[in-house]
Amino acid sequence: MGLSNSIIRQNYIIPADDFSLAGEASSSVKKMLNQLGVPPKTVKRVSIAMYEAEINAVIHAGGGTADVAIDKEKVLITINDEGPGIPDVELAMKEGFSTAPDSVREMGFGAGMGLPNIKRYADKLDIKTEVGKGTRVQITVLL
Amino acid sequence: MKCKGRDYMKVSEIAGILEAELLTGEENLDMEVHCACGADLMSDVMAFVKENVVLLTGLVNPQVVRTAEMMDIKVIVFVRGKKPDEKVIEFAKDKGITIFITKHPMFIACGKLYSSGVTGRGVWD
Repeated sequence: MGLSNSIIRQNYIIPADDFSLAGEASSSVKKMLNQLGVPPKTVKRVSIAMYEAEINAVIHAGGGTADVAIDKEKVLITINDEGPGIPDVELAMKEGFSTAPDSVREMGFGAGMGLPNIKRYADKLDIKTEVGKGTRVQITVLL
Repeated sequence: MKCKGRDYMKVSEIAGILEAELLTGEENLDMEVHCACGADLMSDVMAFVKENVVLLTGLVNPQVVRTAEMMDIKVIVFVRGKKPDEKVIEFAKDKGITIFITKHPMFIACGKLYSSGVTGRGVWD
């Protein structure tokens, strides 16, 4: 793989209201990982985990930011938002539990699979959240 | 999965079985498909781990194409005769994703593919 010891960093804004455009940041990271020669299965895991987190930021928090750091050992994705926070993380991790409105469900999301899917594809998932302040979702995928 | 003695089916054959109309992505017609996923919930699609998948869905918004992009899914069939708008078709074209529409509803479309030998399933945890 074409990665030396250096770290590649990228920052993205996740825009608030345009659900139809959600996923631009994940798409850009996917392209970058492919160009770096990361194995396709790993690229897919990163892409899906980041895309679900990006969608969550759009659905629940009015957008946010995504920071991506890649070194030769891992991809680290940090999604920050200033949304309402998650009152019960354990409950939010349950497959099928969702607080998303019907409008989101009509778009094919909000089925309570987002966080479980992120956990499924990440090697490590760390959620820091405070009600009324926001949430930081940190996804690590080992290379 | 066995498709009449083979372990794959070509995209063009799938189109024939579903009497589907091609909207974009002629370049993938010779591609091999190993299994199919029928769902209207994109997060359910993203829980589905398998390669060479055709996605059947009744949902026609841009996030279907985005989900396919993330999942390396190269073929989408919109069921129940639903036609996506031009923006969605252009988006798919841009991503190298083939789009078909079939008049068959989801159950019948899946049934037709299954009875033709597309019986492979993905891995659901």
